[in-house]
Amino acid sequence: MSLQRFISEAISPWMKKGPGPEGDIVLSTRIRLARNLENYPFPIVASEESANTMLHYTSKELAKDPYQYVGNLEVLKMDDISSNEKRVLVEKHLISPHLAEKAQHGAVMLSEDESVSIMLNEEDHIRLQCLFRGFQLNESLVLSNGLDDWIEEKVTYAFDEKRGFLTSCPTNVGTGMRASVMMHLPALVMTQQLNRILPAINQLGLVVRGIYGEGSETLGNLFQISNQMTLGKSEEDIVEDLRGVVMQLIQQERYAREELIRTSKIQIEDKVFRSFGLLTNSRVMESKEAAKRLSDVRLGIDLDLIQGISGNILNELMILTQPGFLQQYAGKGLTPDERDVRRAALIRERMNLEREE
Amino acid sequence: MLCEECHQRQATLHFTKIINGKKEEMHLCEECARDKGEHIPGSNSYSIHDLLSGLLNFEQPMGNGGSHPSRASVPKQLVCDSCGLSYERFAKTGRFGCSHCYKAFDPKLDPIFKRVHSGNVRHAGKVPKRAGGRMQIQNQIDKLRKQMQQHIEQEEFEEAAKLRDQIHDLNENIRDGKGDA
Repeated sequence: MSLQRFISEAISPWMKKGPGPEGDIVLSTRIRLARNLENYPFPIVASEESANTMLHYTSKELAKDPYQYVGNLEVLKMDDISSNEKRVLVEKHLISPHLAEKAQHGAVMLSEDESVSIMLNEEDHIRLQCLFRGFQLNESLVLSNGLDDWIEEKVTYAFDEKRGFLTSCPTNVGTGMRASVMMHLPALVMTQQLNRILPAINQLGLVVRGIYGEGSETLGNLFQISNQMTLGKSEEDIVEDLRGVVMQLIQQERYAREELIRTSKIQIEDKVFRSFGLLTNSRVMESKEAAKRLSDVRLGIDLDLIQGISGNILNELMILTQPGFLQQYAGKGLTPDERDVRRAALIRERMNLEREE
Repeated sequence: MLCEECHQRQATLHFTKIINGKKEEMHLCEECARDKGEHIPGSNSYSIHDLLSGLLNFEQPMGNGGSHPSRASVPKQLVCDSCGLSYERFAKTGRFGCSHCYKAFDPKLDPIFKRVHSGNVRHAGKVPKRAGGRMQIQNQIDKLRKQMQQHIEQEEFEEAAKLRDQIHDLNENIRDGKGDA
């Protein structure tokens, strides 16, 4: 088990069970809690010795008796794994870029199905994250809350009545909670409705970001909606507000998809099948293009235009065709040009494999 | 298209510079672009911490009537006595050094939290069982201590002794980790 498995498969076991609730639009739900221990300086100012002590102490305490609903957690220390292996864990969203690149004595504790990850010595001492497939905010809240209680039985949190859970960054103080939902919104992008909706969402204290891609450009029409505010609202209220907005986005996206099919079916079909053709035949594929084409094919699957391919293909190939994974597969470092060739080959193989099954 | 600089790798970044109306195009690979110091989107993007530290340093007087406080009235330097972080440094990095910084910088935190958390300054969420329970006991101890002090001042030593024993028991509770309240 362990490292080899965590980095060799693009798709985490928790994702494999199928699409999950509202799975045609919501890919996954995540809740992250930021926690710190009392009497240890926060990781960004901690001495090497203090960081090391905190890591040993906490990982030892957490290993004592497993949380019944999660089971054993495997500890991976950042100092023990290669930079490409770290990159793969980042691409799978199991660790943060900060933990991979900057943390001192950083480590992650992962559950077997990879749905729970507890980062140690990240920006805060403890960053707990629960990942669920589809739209499952309540489930995520219940699990993260239970894990939080379990951790608090073992270590003493830095908590203040007035300010709540004390975190390194003022943007996390209070609940320390960031709840986020990953959504595929191709029809809202295509019909240019999303740009109109986004400012309204921001006003509600929520943030929308592209998951892949940089700056304002988003790749693969994948968006992450999450709460910005962590102070002054209860966890339940934060989740409730997020749920309300996500439900509306789901509705709007479904409506936009229906409209597209009604008004321009042949154009949508053309777009979907062109992308399908490119993915199954190309010999060189840049990550940007891959993301765009995979989004089209995924839409085609959801609209029932393409049959016999699992909707997971989008999540899976978006991860699998990232630089870290491609290099892990190749077993060596690759130049960007080499990666484009490998990416095309991998996508072709994976798409054809699905069709034969 | 090959990179204009090294003529080896593919040009993946295409820049258009317009300086005084003169247009100049460049086609570079990632490495050469970095060497030339060209801005690669996302590579050194403005982070949340830059933004935050901008906010923290922005100590605008909110007073009306335009009475600008003079530079001499800048409050004295706050320093966290637990980790040694100064408020100045906190304002620069946008991060606290330890949990005690929250107490040390408390007088200046409300305006910051208000900006970051839509006007909120108080926690309204989960209270952890142990830390929260302990806190309630601690509050109780503080209250009893004050009462004890009053009794002592009024020379009611018997009452004071009772309270002292109660405080002692509560302290034991905290030490034993019985925080459930």
